[in-house]
Amino acid sequence: MIINLAELLQYRFFTNALLAATLTSIACGIIGTYIVSRRIVFISGGITHASFGGIGIGYYYGFSPILGAALFAVLSALGIEMISKRSGVREDSLIGILWSFGMATGIIFIFMSPGYAPDLMGYLFGNIMTVSDGILIVMAILSTIIVLFFIIFYKPILFIAFDQEYAKTHNYPVLLMNSVLITLVALTIVMSIKVAGIILVLSLLTLPQTTANTFSKDFRTIMIWSVIFAFTGSFTGLLISFEMNIPSGASIIFSLILIFLVFKVLYWAITRMRVIKQLKKNKL
Amino acid sequence: MEKILEISSLTAGYGDQVVLSDINLTVYEKDFIGIIGPNGGGKTTLLKAVMGLVKPFSGKVKFFHRESGDDRNIIGYLPQMNNLDRDFPISVTDVVLSGLMSKEGVFSRYSGRQKELALNLLEKLGIYNLRKKPVGELSGGQLQRVYLCRALISSPRLLMLDEPNTFVDTRFETDFYEILRELNEEMAVIIVSHDVGTITWYVKTIACVNRNLHYHRSNVITQEQLEAYNCPIQIITHGDVPHTVLKKHGKNHDN
Repeated sequence: MIINLAELLQYRFFTNALLAATLTSIACGIIGTYIVSRRIVFISGGITHASFGGIGIGYYYGFSPILGAALFAVLSALGIEMISKRSGVREDSLIGILWSFGMATGIIFIFMSPGYAPDLMGYLFGNIMTVSDGILIVMAILSTIIVLFFIIFYKPILFIAFDQEYAKTHNYPVLLMNSVLITLVALTIVMSIKVAGIILVLSLLTLPQTTANTFSKDFRTIMIWSVIFAFTGSFTGLLISFEMNIPSGASIIFSLILIFLVFKVLYWAITRMRVIKQLKKNKL
Repeated sequence: MEKILEISSLTAGYGDQVVLSDINLTVYEKDFIGIIGPNGGGKTTLLKAVMGLVKPFSGKVKFFHRESGDDRNIIGYLPQMNNLDRDFPISVTDVVLSGLMSKEGVFSRYSGRQKELALNLLEKLGIYNLRKKPVGELSGGQLQRVYLCRALISSPRLLMLDEPNTFVDTRFETDFYEILRELNEEMAVIIVSHDVGTITWYVKTIACVNRNLHYHRSNVITQEQLEAYNCPIQIITHGDVPHTVLKKHGKNHDN
């Protein structure tokens, strides 16, 4: 069976999914580059899992689980950024604690909620087909904020991420900048939960960047290519998910991994060929 | 001579631990001070306190800026390189430009003139060909020069270097000191080094830092004087060039 894209585009749920994939790719491409460059992937993992606590509380008290997740994510993000330096608790230990605390809180509240928790799997593994108009609007706003923020403050973001200590000697607002950025990281993660789910969302923030990093070592270039790779992966994954009737989160991740492998092999082959060429040249 | 920096009764440290106690030091134009002392004696902490990275428990650090008064901008700072992330995706030119941070503010973008300034500096230090390279592809010595460019781009009145010879091979090291000597004609220089023998050959005066600071107005220092300053460091002889610290108190180069 061949997918008829034109036909698919007539369905509201499909156009919504496509829009969600685009917006998520923009946000994750940019924020992920920051995460990977600053080596805060583990922090991001902590934030992601801590947000599950908010989802559980949302279920129990009957408000939007995503809203609860956002609250938990932002608080744990700021907690890691600000508390660990002052409280004397090691940063990675604190992340581990928040990580499991969030998951434990989430599962307790979901267990106590009456009845069956619908869409729980969607929060854990993502379901891009069920994105609502409301969430799309939130995604659009957040993506716009991120794009503008990174255009206006590109220089300080880059310099502070590269060398915090040095930025401090220049009286840069390092703490403020880091707090704003870690909040954007948290919100991006929560917004992407709908697409890839808590367990898989990290891949959207690391795979496209790692792919771009194989051929570029420039922050801006990696950002742009990450958005492109993230979109290509999400779009392909979306089609595969639809065609083969498998969960969208997983098929998106597999597409991203495939792109990564293709580029890795391609890069390896090109470098190898250059080496051989040079060896031949030296012989002559 | 014009004052550039004045440290008065500075006490600083980490947590409840005092690392530096009652430090006094005034830096004037054209000064070239070598800071020596044992490991953990507080050399790096002293520079960090001046740069505002360590908050002093008491005492004051005052800067003398021709135009804007008390402003840390007059210092070009070259920190230790240990905590550098070599995989960070940033180019050499961008690193150098980041030295203009405080002058340009958060919103600004780089003008062509600033970029030219950065490229000129890279040229001057013989690494123009590396301008587009990511920092991860540089050798220790090359990186050191990039950091020096970053410290110099704001045209500082005082250059402060923290162990600049840690990762540098000996051939480049001599070069590096010659560059510093040239720079010293335009600005004051403070250099922290574990390599006591070599720096004393280049510096004009020596400051021994071991919790306290003893200022020695000469670049010749004897083992006995070091002991008197409570500065237990090993004097290593390097053969003939560059010279080592003299065992006997020789001619005084004080100016």
